[in-house]
Order: sequence, then structure tokens, then C-alpha cells
Amino acid sequence: MKASYDVIVIGSGPGGLAAAIAAKENGADDVLIIERDVELGGILLQCIHNGFGLELFNEDIPGPTYAQHFIEKTKGHGVQTLMDTMVLDITPERIVFAINKDLGYLELHARAIVLAMGCRERTRAQILLPGARPAGVYTAGTAQRFVNVEGHMPGEKFVILGSGDIGMIMARRLTIEGARVERVLEIMPYLTGLTRNYVQCLLDYGITLQKQRTVNRIIGRDRVEAIEAVSVDDAWNPIPGTKEIIPCDTLLLSVGLIPENELSKKAGVALDPVTNGPYVDDRFMTSVPGIFAAGNVVHVYDLVDWVTEAGYVAGKGAAHFAQTDKVETGTEIPLKAGENIRYVVPHKISKAHLAEETVRLQMRAITPIEERVLVTVEDQNGDVIAKKGEAYARPGEILTLAIKPTSFDAAQKATSLTVNVRKR
Amino acid sequence: MSENYDVIIIGAGIVGSMVARFLSKYKLDILLIEKESDVGMGTSSANSAAVHAGYDALPGTNKALTNVMGAEMWPEISQDLGIPFERCGDYVVAVDEEDLKMLNLLLERGQANRVPGLEIIDGDEMRRREPLVRPDTIGALWAPTGGIIDPFAATIAAAENAVMNGVTLKRDTAFEDFLMDGNRITSIHTSRGDFTCRWVVNAAGLYADEVMHKAGVRPEFMIRPRRGEYVILDKVDFQLTRNTILFPTPSDKGKGIVVASSLHGNVIVGPNANFVDDKTNKDITKEGIEEIWSGGKKLVPGINRKHIIAEFAGLRATGNAPTPNPEINYNQDFIIEIPREVKGLVNLGGIESPGFTAAPGLALKVIELLEEAGESLVEKADWNPIREPRPVFRHLNKDEQAALVAREPAYGRIVCRCEMVTEGEILAEIHAPIPADTYDALKRRTWLGTGRCQGGFDMPRVTQILSDELGVPPEDVTKKGEGSPLLFRPTKNVEQDHLTVEDLI
Amino acid sequence: MAEVSEIICVTCPKGCTLQVKHEGKDVLEVLNEGCKRGKEYAICELQDPRRQVASTVRVKGGLHPLVPVYTQKAFPKPLIPQLAQELRKVEISAPVKINQVVLADALGTGIDIIASRDMPGKH
Repeated sequence: MKASYDVIVIGSGPGGLAAAIAAKENGADDVLIIERDVELGGILLQCIHNGFGLELFNEDIPGPTYAQHFIEKTKGHGVQTLMDTMVLDITPERIVFAINKDLGYLELHARAIVLAMGCRERTRAQILLPGARPAGVYTAGTAQRFVNVEGHMPGEKFVILGSGDIGMIMARRLTIEGARVERVLEIMPYLTGLTRNYVQCLLDYGITLQKQRTVNRIIGRDRVEAIEAVSVDDAWNPIPGTKEIIPCDTLLLSVGLIPENELSKKAGVALDPVTNGPYVDDRFMTSVPGIFAAGNVVHVYDLVDWVTEAGYVAGKGAAHFAQTDKVETGTEIPLKAGENIRYVVPHKISKAHLAEETVRLQMRAITPIEERVLVTVEDQNGDVIAKKGEAYARPGEILTLAIKPTSFDAAQKATSLTVNVRKR
Repeated sequence: MSENYDVIIIGAGIVGSMVARFLSKYKLDILLIEKESDVGMGTSSANSAAVHAGYDALPGTNKALTNVMGAEMWPEISQDLGIPFERCGDYVVAVDEEDLKMLNLLLERGQANRVPGLEIIDGDEMRRREPLVRPDTIGALWAPTGGIIDPFAATIAAAENAVMNGVTLKRDTAFEDFLMDGNRITSIHTSRGDFTCRWVVNAAGLYADEVMHKAGVRPEFMIRPRRGEYVILDKVDFQLTRNTILFPTPSDKGKGIVVASSLHGNVIVGPNANFVDDKTNKDITKEGIEEIWSGGKKLVPGINRKHIIAEFAGLRATGNAPTPNPEINYNQDFIIEIPREVKGLVNLGGIESPGFTAAPGLALKVIELLEEAGESLVEKADWNPIREPRPVFRHLNKDEQAALVAREPAYGRIVCRCEMVTEGEILAEIHAPIPADTYDALKRRTWLGTGRCQGGFDMPRVTQILSDELGVPPEDVTKKGEGSPLLFRPTKNVEQDHLTVEDLI
Repeated sequence: MAEVSEIICVTCPKGCTLQVKHEGKDVLEVLNEGCKRGKEYAICELQDPRRQVASTVRVKGGLHPLVPVYTQKAFPKPLIPQLAQELRKVEISAPVKINQVVLADALGTGIDIIASRDMPGKH
């Protein structure tokens, strides 16, 4: 155990693993990953379904397989690891305080840090679900951990709230393990996860999805006995006369992910209230020099491949910072969310970087457009710097657009860039 | 087969536990029974965590008497029992002339109740002390002897100190009936057997009416549960300027919707006060949350819904007993008596707010009643009122934390990340004099699972720890006792497969 | 007798709802075809629908009691419930290696079920 490292990475999910590898590949000697679980891999270890690696490897493999590829690479590169270790605090001066059973209290100095803590799940309390508080109310991710890793079924008869991917994946998973999913309820008028999952998780298994329907009340004192479902209008107001009691013993909540930024706040990192993640530049450096962030801790990705890519960028940036201790960004252009765009990450681009490298933007649409759309990046005069056609725009599917160095000339005079998505 | 006791206390909430603790000073065989799986699962674990100064209770009532007794005793008791308590003082905020009149009324009441240090301050002074209070405040009543406490810790510590001093505690043991010889209680019949006794203390909270009716006492006394809902705010996102409780002026519904600091660090908003039909209805309701939010927002406009991380509700044991003094017109007082029509019953009833504050006072009153009834209470030579608190990792400084982990490595493993609760603390509570053997029991003792992720991270770990330490399969670990399992079966044990080819359309 | 069924194509993330005119399992035409792959998908779906299946099997003496597994190739959809049952009977011993075959030639399909990751022994 050293007292100081070139780069410390917090979290060993896909973002953290990629960052550690990239840090090593870009000249950082001492790279340490701190992971709170007993092994590396993060959330991928419980995502046992296929669908990972489609973009980067042209493969369709399960989460744990994807993770193992990168875990092996970190070993090959000589990345050091601390497992079953919790980071308690990070200072803006990049001192990391952590604790574990064997070494006790640790104070580690880092020349650069990469935050890769991922997300936590939105809870029952945060959506103010009325009713009793019995056993049997779980967020989908916690249930997934129980079923796939710990080896226990949290119930037999399920109702799932939320048509996000985690909810749908769990609907299928529970069914394969002999349980019954009575209903999936979605408060929005549209599917919030991928259509592929709707087909392969719900339709395939005869599981009913109801849209614009939600849980009005949880019933059961000691253990869930039923939930009362109700239809809602576009403003989420319950519609009278639409209540239905659905007997069940478990309610699974798949109602959103929130970037886990408790540590980021402690480090003084500025957070974007729209993403709940840090403001980052195109190197994924946060507002605190030398502290980078990659993956779901920045915003909620839908494809792990882009998390890996972001991890590489952040790791490279961290290695560079560790060696030079300098932030050389030159002129930076802020990126803004324009028409029908909820947010865009990164929040700013360095003109100098744009000359050399491709910068991939990640955006989320606000309302769905089920027709061909054009995503544009426009400067303050409305001139289009970059554009991309898509078959549709859906809030549940991240839009990405790569700004290539060829756009550098066009971006020269930009003082700000706005991203829009419109019907073509 | 029965066990013999001198005194049996029905109900291990804060009142029953405090009675047990004070009675354990004497040479008596005492049994404390509790129908739930743990102590303090009723009103004691769902309240505003306030120690009330005592200006609100009507002078001359049992409420006022025991409130002020208790408020005076809590500083010393909290030291002895090793529990968190802060005498931070509280405010009743006034925004118009009506309110100011009420402040003066409360001041008079408080002075009649001998509450020390009460003072009316003006709006500017209130805003100076708490800039977050509503800007139209024109005055406030300042009560320096009000405080905040950890109600879970207090109940557990009182019960634990009682057990340390020889009291027998039986949980999962529900009172069912009295066995009488004429009009003398000879024993009680419970779900776990019969126990003989010379005295029974009725500390059954919400069910105190049902208990006393079994002895034919006060058939007209009824407890109507009054539900109070609360929300808890993320401690990182919102704080009051310093620890305090902000009250609006009271109404006949009660003390009103407060915005209060808690010793755990979160601000709490609530409660409302609505009668419910069922003594188990602790449901959270949409309308209720709107009601308390609106009340809280009036008092402290800066609170934000986005910061809500938890909600809960508690039930008040609201009774209809008139104050003993017929000159006082009040019909919701505490019953503190030894009824004449029955021999062997110390009867407590209608213990709602300020019940928590009053608990030590009620305990002393029980002792007084027993002495008046001729019971010779002989002190034990070896009574130990001191309970040593167990280490709380997050309260220690860095050096203390390092030393603790070096001594006991389990304190180096954080199980609940949001609230920084370690495995060492969890193990200590599982093996404590009153063992924590359910998820919620651990939650009350360590605060695990109460943070922003609400157990999402810790639950698999805690379930495994409980399974290992209790020597039961994880499927037998419960949230709050029998009937509340967390898990149903191992993933691969399927008895009835619901998946058929027909489903695969 | 020709009928029209709705099939959602998942070849690409767009997820078009195809109106497929068919006679039994024979596809006649896709009434609202957006691209060529739609008809191919519809034919597959009607004649030989297959899916990737992921699940877990029990492990003795491993770091965790289960190891995740998956079908090496897309598996015939009608056999999935039986596959799930078969997998419940499997128990292997740690250490497990990634890609290790845990159930060979599952249900006579010629498709192996393999481990998704290493599973080391308990300590």
C-alpha cells in the first residue's frame, strides 16, 4: 500500500475499469482502483443478460463477461486494487480517505482522481408512494442483486412500477426463475426503456404492460398483500373510477437512476441540477482541477460501450494531469441544451482539443418524436457545426453525436454551441 | 406452567421501558412484556423526537405535571443511559395578532406549569436567530428547556438498563386477559403463557383501553388513534441554522406541523393529526403529505420537495379521560391511577403528546402510587443506572476511528454507505442485551437504511449478516418480525413454476 | 387462411411494428415494411423464433452461490421454460472458468450453456 498515487479511480464498474486502463496506457505509473464490493466489476456483475459490447466489439455478451474482459486488462496493466473498501471523503486537494477491515483507516494522496461511482436507484420515498410500509417493496436493482448474486427470490408474485430497462429485464428474470409478474405499470404514455426489451422481456413472456397507470397505494401491514393501481392523465393526476386492486406479494420499483454524487459534493465538485452529475468538459474533468468523472456518475447512460469510451477519455485526462499538474484547455466553448433536449454532456469543449480529437456528445430528448429527426449542433449564429440524422428521438434512448476534428474550422468562431433535435 | 413476578408491565414503549427501568431499582421480580418483535415499535418510534418544555399543556392536568417532571429529568437520564439528547430550546412562531395572543397564553400556562426561562421575542430577533423562518414572523415564544432526542435510542436504552438490572423482557408476547380472584388480579394470560403477579402496570399505549377494559376498569374510556405523517429531508441538502424545533401556534388539533432538527442530522417536517379507524393504520397518504408540506412550507419557505428522502406515520393514543381535578375542563388527559374497583392494577392511559417527554415523570408517578398503596419498595444495593453507549463510528474523529478499527476490524467495513454504519455496530446490536434480530430493529438502533438510498445498498449485506449471526437461512430474516420476511426462497428452489410454453406467445 | 399479425421487429433499436400477412407459418408479405430486414425477421419469428437466454446455475464452494450463464447461440423460444427447469438441476463446483460449459447440448439443440464469468472458490 502506498501513500500516494498518480491516479486513484473510485469504483470498478465499466467507467472505472476503462479509466484505470487508460490511465496506465497514458503514462500514469501508480494507478489504484478503490471498490466497495468484494470484487471488481460494479453493477455489471448483476446484469447477467446479453446486450453489452454491441458498439465497441460488435458482440452481444452478458454484463459479467464484458466486465471480465476489462478486469483482466487491468490486471495485465498492473493496476492496483483495494476491495471491500469504502471511500469516506475526498478533498479538493485530492486526498482520499477510505476504510476497510484489514488496513483500517487510509489516507491516500492522488495526483488525479477519477470518480466512477455510478448511480443509485430512486426510492419509494422519493416518489412519495402512499400506503403502508410492509416488507416486499424493493428497487429493481436491489432485487436483481438478490436474485442473481446472493441467490434469493424476494417474492413470488410481482408488480413492477416503471417500464425502464431494469424493470423489464427483471420481469423476464423473475419469470425464468419461476415467479409470476402480474403487471408492469408505466406512468408515462410511452415506454421508457428500449423496445427490444419490451419485446424480449414482456411480450415474449405474456406480461402485461399498462401505460399511464401507476401505483396509488401499497396494501399490507407486514408484507405486501396487494397494490392499488390507478390510471393517470398527462399531468399525473389520478383518473376517477380507474382503481384496481392487484394482489401480489412484492412491488418492484424501476423509477429512475440518480448519479451517486455524495463524494463529488464532498470534493467541492459543481453539479448540474438537470443531470444530478458533475459539470464536465470534453476530457471529463470536473470543476475541481485534477478530479475527473466517468460513466453513470456523470449522467445515466443506456449503452455500456459509451461508458467505457468515457472512461478511456477520463483516464487519459487523469494520467495527463497527474504528469503535468496543469489544466490546459485554452478557449472553451459551452454546450447548451436546445430544442427538445433535456441535457447534453459534456458541458463544454476545448477548441484546442477539438482540433485533434473527436468529441462524443451524449444527449437526452425531452419528448418523443416517432419520425425521422435531425440532431444539430449550432453555434450562436445558428450555423450548423455538426449534424446527424436519426430514425426517431426517444427520452429513454440517449442520442449521441460525434464532433470530429473536421468540424474544427466551423467551430473556430463559436462562442457557444447549442444542441437541438427536430423533426426532419 | 406459569412464572411468578411481583410486577408485570404491559408494553415496552418508552413509558413501559422507563417504568421498568425505574422500578428495577427495587427488590422486585419484574416482567416487561411486548406484543411486537421489538421494544418501542409503536408510538415511541414514530413521533417528532421532541422533549417538550411544557408550556403547551393545560396547568393542573396530568399532562402538564408529568411533562414538566420529564423535561427536567431528561438531561440526567440521557447521560446515565448513554443516549443522544440536546436541550436546544424551541420556538412557537407568531405571524398575526391572534398568534401573539396565543403566545401570551402559552407564556402564562408555562409559568403556571413552572417552566423555566420562557420569553417572548420579537420578529426581528426571531429572524436573527433563525433567518430561514417565515419572513412575516412578528414574534415567537422561546423555550430554552425544550429539546430533541433520539426516541429509538431512548426506548432501547431504558429497556436495556432495565434488563441489565434484572428485569425480564419477553418480546412477541401479547397480553390477552387478566386472571382474577374476585376483584384481585392474580395473573395475566398472554400468547406465550400465564404469569402470576401482584401488580400489573398498563403501559399498552394504543391498546391501553382494551387492557383496562379486561379488568372492568373505565368502560367509557376509548382510545381513538390519531395519525401523524412526517417527511424527512436529506441532511446534505437542507439544514436549519442551528438545532431547534419551530412550532406554529397550537390549535385544538394539537401542537401543529413543525419543522425540526433531529439529532441524526436530518430536518423533519410534520405531523398532521387525523383520526383513523384502525390501530394499525400507519399509511402515508397523498393528502396527508400535501397537508404537512403546506404547513412546513409556511413556517420555513426554503424547504424543497426534492430533498425528501423518507416518509413515515405514527399513531397517537388519543383518549377521552377527564382531568382528575373537576375544576379543569379538559377531556383528553393522561390516566395515572390505581383504580379502586380492582386490586393490583396501576393504570396508565391516553398517553399521547407529551407522552415521550413525560415518560420519566410517569415512571416516578407509578412508584409513588405503589408506595401509597402500601408496597414497600426496598432499594437494591447494586442497582446500576448507568448504561454505557456502544461506539458509533461516524461520531468518532479520525484517530478514534482508526483505533476502533485496529481493535475490531468489523468496524472497518461500512455496510450502510449513506449513513456510514459499520459491520461492527451491526454485530454489537445483534449481540446486545436486547438483541436486534430483524432488519427494522437494526435500523432503529444504528440508523442503517434511513438515508437517501433507503436500504437499496445495505439490505443484501444486512440480510446476510443477520442470517450468519442468528444461524438461520436468509429466508427467515424478517423486516419487523413474524409475517414480514424479506426473501421467499433460494433462486433455484421452485415449487410451482409459473412459466409455461403457453405464456411464450 | 391468410391472416395479418403484428410483430415488433427488434433487428435494430427502432422497433417497427410490422403488419405481417401470413398463412400459418408462411409469410406472404409485410404490409408496411420499412426495410428488408423486417421480412427476414418476420419469417424467423414465425418459423423458428430464437432468443438469447441468460440465467444462473448453482455453484458449490464458490465466492457466490450462483454463477451467471448464457446460451452460446440464440435458443429456440418454445424450449425456454424447459431450459429454465434444466438449469435449476445443475450444480457445479468452484472454481468456474469463464466460457466453461455448464450444460452441453441443452435439450438436444446442439447449443451449450456457458459460464459468463470466472467464479473463484470461497477464499
